[in-house]
Amino acid sequence: MSQSYDRGLVEDFGRWKEFSAGMWAWVFHKFTGWVLVGYLFTHISVLSTAVSAAGNTRAIEAQNDVYTVVISTLESLLVVRILEVGLLAVAVFHILNGCRLLLVDLGVGLDAQDKSFYASLVLTGAIVVASVPTFLEGVF
Amino acid sequence: MAERYSSFEEGGTRWLWQRITAAFLVVVLAFHFFLLHFVNHAYEVSFMASSIRMDNLLYYSLMILFLVTATFHGVNGVFNALVNQGLTGRRKRAVKYVLVAASVLLIVQGVRTANAWAGISLF
Ligand code: HEM
Repeated sequence: MSQSYDRGLVEDFGRWKEFSAGMWAWVFHKFTGWVLVGYLFTHISVLSTAVSAAGNTRAIEAQNDVYTVVISTLESLLVVRILEVGLLAVAVFHILNGCRLLLVDLGVGLDAQDKSFYASLVLTGAIVVASVPTFLEGVF
Repeated sequence: MAERYSSFEEGGTRWLWQRITAAFLVVVLAFHFFLLHFVNHAYEVSFMASSIRMDNLLYYSLMILFLVTATFHGVNGVFNALVNQGLTGRRKRAVKYVLVAASVLLIVQGVRTANAWAGISLF
């Protein structure tokens, strides 16, 4: 342990104004993790329309089966595309910060944990901005 | 500053599995995003296109494994966060069973969906 002092519980969200970088990383990782599980349930629900679409060969070939119609309708909405960019941001942060946590638990980089948190944020921003054109393609 | 913040008890079983599934998810989630947003485009997805992908046994198996690990990682994460916030005793057991039931439903529904594309009719 280096020059650490007692910062109190990170679980005590009311103290957020006094939070350090590592505490923010913990909060963001929770938030993004919960959003991702929520999305997983939504995602499987939407994809489940494939179960009712199956077997209707004529509709599938004409591309007007329930599944194809549901997905293409959702993808034609600007709100959905914006939410997808939000999901990308959440997922990329969780992945990068998750790698940071894996490394720290393997004993790598604990001394630079605040710097690697900032790096995760900057990289997330860069990846999301670079992906916006692809994610919005064809919606306008 | 050397400080480690985690909701998990280091070295515990939940901690270990959270990390094993995370290592797998990094690779597969990146592949999944890349395949369906950059190689193919989400707005061009159709039943037929999904079917062609799912007909490949390797892809099908990878997606089933992805479903199971992501469900486990997500639900284990939620459960652990609640335990970390002080969930104990009977309420802890009740939450556990609800989460296990939700996971089973999610996995069953996911497998049914994958089967619909792959043309497998089990149930
Ligand atoms: C793709 C790569 C991923 C990596 C590297 C990763 C990594 C991690 C790690 C290391 C933790 C433990 C944090 C701690 O010690 O407190 C964690 C927590 C969590 N993850 Fe992931 N994860 C990934 C994907 C996902 C996905 C796809 C989901 C959703 C299904 C998810 C949901 C969660 C949840 C809910 C938590 C618990 C958050 C909390 O403490 O409240 N993660 N993740």
